Amino acid sequence: MELSRRDLFAAGGKLLILASVGATLEQITGAAAPSDAYNVADHWWGMLVDIDKCIGCGNCVRACSKENQVPKGYYRTWVERYQVGEDQQPHVDSPNGDIDGFPADTREDVKSFFVPKLCNHCAESPCVQVCPVGATFVSPDGVVLVDKNYCLGCRYCIQACPYGCRYLHPETSTADKCTLCYHRITQGLTTACCEACPTGARQLVDFKNPKDPVHEYLRHNKVQVLKPYMATGAKVYYNDLDGSVR
Amino acid sequence: MMIPGVDGFIYPNEVELQWSLLIVLYPYITGLVAGAFILASLERVFKVDAVRPTYRLALLTALAFLLVAPLPLQLHLGHPERSMEMYLTPHSSSAMAMFGFVYLWYLMAVLLLEIWLEFRADIVRLAQTTSGWKHLVYKALTLGSMNVSPAARRIDDKVGFAVTVIGIPSAFLLHGYVGFIFGSVKANPWWSTPLMPVVFLFSAMASGIAGVLLLYMVSMKVKKMPIDMPCVDTIAKYLFYTFVIDFSLEMLDLVHRTYESGESFRSLDFMVHTRLWVSQVIVQICLCTLVPLGLLALTQLFPFKAAVRRALYTASGLLVMVGIFAMRWNVVIGGQLFSKSFLGYTSFKLEFAAREGLLTAIGLMILPFVIFVVLVKLLPPWPERETTEALGD
Repeated sequence: MELSRRDLFAAGGKLLILASVGATLEQITGAAAPSDAYNVADHWWGMLVDIDKCIGCGNCVRACSKENQVPKGYYRTWVERYQVGEDQQPHVDSPNGDIDGFPADTREDVKSFFVPKLCNHCAESPCVQVCPVGATFVSPDGVVLVDKNYCLGCRYCIQACPYGCRYLHPETSTADKCTLCYHRITQGLTTACCEACPTGARQLVDFKNPKDPVHEYLRHNKVQVLKPYMATGAKVYYNDLDGSVR
Repeated sequence: MMIPGVDGFIYPNEVELQWSLLIVLYPYITGLVAGAFILASLERVFKVDAVRPTYRLALLTALAFLLVAPLPLQLHLGHPERSMEMYLTPHSSSAMAMFGFVYLWYLMAVLLLEIWLEFRADIVRLAQTTSGWKHLVYKALTLGSMNVSPAARRIDDKVGFAVTVIGIPSAFLLHGYVGFIFGSVKANPWWSTPLMPVVFLFSAMASGIAGVLLLYMVSMKVKKMPIDMPCVDTIAKYLFYTFVIDFSLEMLDLVHRTYESGESFRSLDFMVHTRLWVSQVIVQICLCTLVPLGLLALTQLFPFKAAVRRALYTASGLLVMVGIFAMRWNVVIGGQLFSKSFLGYTSFKLEFAAREGLLTAIGLMILPFVIFVVLVKLLPPWPERETTEALGD
């Protein structure tokens, strides 16, 4: 087979892309240090989710899955569809976490809305509390992380999470969950899910940054966290959260 | 898309259960340890002389099960090779992190010490009367202390008493603590109750007492020795009282949940009436609690002949053992069958020949009995005459 110059450049380009993906994978595993300009003490990360803006397209789930190599059948983020009638008893579905989108909704006698879910990066996190060796911890900038080189795989943290955000990674046999794309946000980027959201329903927020629009948003909107009675200090705030959401 | 075994809505990461059969065995085995030890302490501390024939047997039973207690946990870990980290870098806020320390305290400071003090005179005598490898084993077990003079034995007795006094709260700690591991998970309403450690404790006592009662009767049968009826009558009485308290506490929990009817009640109630109906209502409550309680109550009320009482005690003991296992099952497995969204349920698929499968569990339940037989051979708990005969001296 003859190799033209065009083929050579194409192959080289592909190699470059693969190399860059490889670098990202290193970052995912924590190998890459945050950028020099990043100071953990200057940040306190969280997320805003605007229920009214979510269209349930599943872009966020797919982006997260791809970015973080999430194993099939497990979810660092997912989207739930709520259909709530007058009795306020919700009918909820989330086929494959919305990674393939939702089937068409034909019911009209209900209010229907989507609720994106992810780790709430709780400040008083029960998963951190119960970890017997401290493999799960809150980073100084407010992100709940798991040290996979230290985790025993006892799964106590999975039991302790009220939101069902954790799973045992089938390959590493350690607890796994949303890292708020820590490898990205420490490089000045937003999370993969926020970046992929076409409507801006998800917004990464930095509560310590005085210029972050979150401050004004929280002053002017009625927001809620999931299961507030759990008193976990959840940092994912939902706008227009219906009372039926669990 | 429907997921097999799932009804309603569950969070997508909740499909598979995290804690399976081995974690059912963990509280069951530690419960047997605590219960057996508490029975032993009846004679030692509370001077219930009638149970004297089971004192040594109860200690060896506790040790046999205690040695196996960490194995289900070890086999369950995703990274068992890292388990020592719990000793080296324990996370002080974690209920689970304390297990290693509670376990070691109980094993080293309580059980081994008490067994050594209790058997020391026998060990010295056996070291002097045996030869070959047996002699070496017993010589090593003396730990260099060959003095069995009456004065030395009095010291043994005093120290043994002190160890048992410390041992009772330690046994309470060991199993109450296991209950706390579950009871403190606020995310799970099936587990999260301050009653959990107390329920675990009393169920542990019931299972341990029943276990020793059965082992004593079987041992006597095997050794063709007469069963001491005042002894088994007394143990059965304690089993009855303990089981009444245990059942009352569980019913208190049930009544409390039903009367409060909190957010999770409808979901849990449905689970009890469907997925847990057989294991909880039929097996645990009806067959293995009400029936043995009825049988034991009969023995307290009517003067049956010895043979009838033995049969009733055997049946009750077996049912209690199964019932407490069912209770552990319903706590551990039941606590994972419903979604934390309270909108759906998953199901438990028991594997057979897997790391956490049925075969492993059976092996882990046989192992304490193997250890028990070895311990009984090594340190015969029978009266001295029998010990001598057993050794062929």
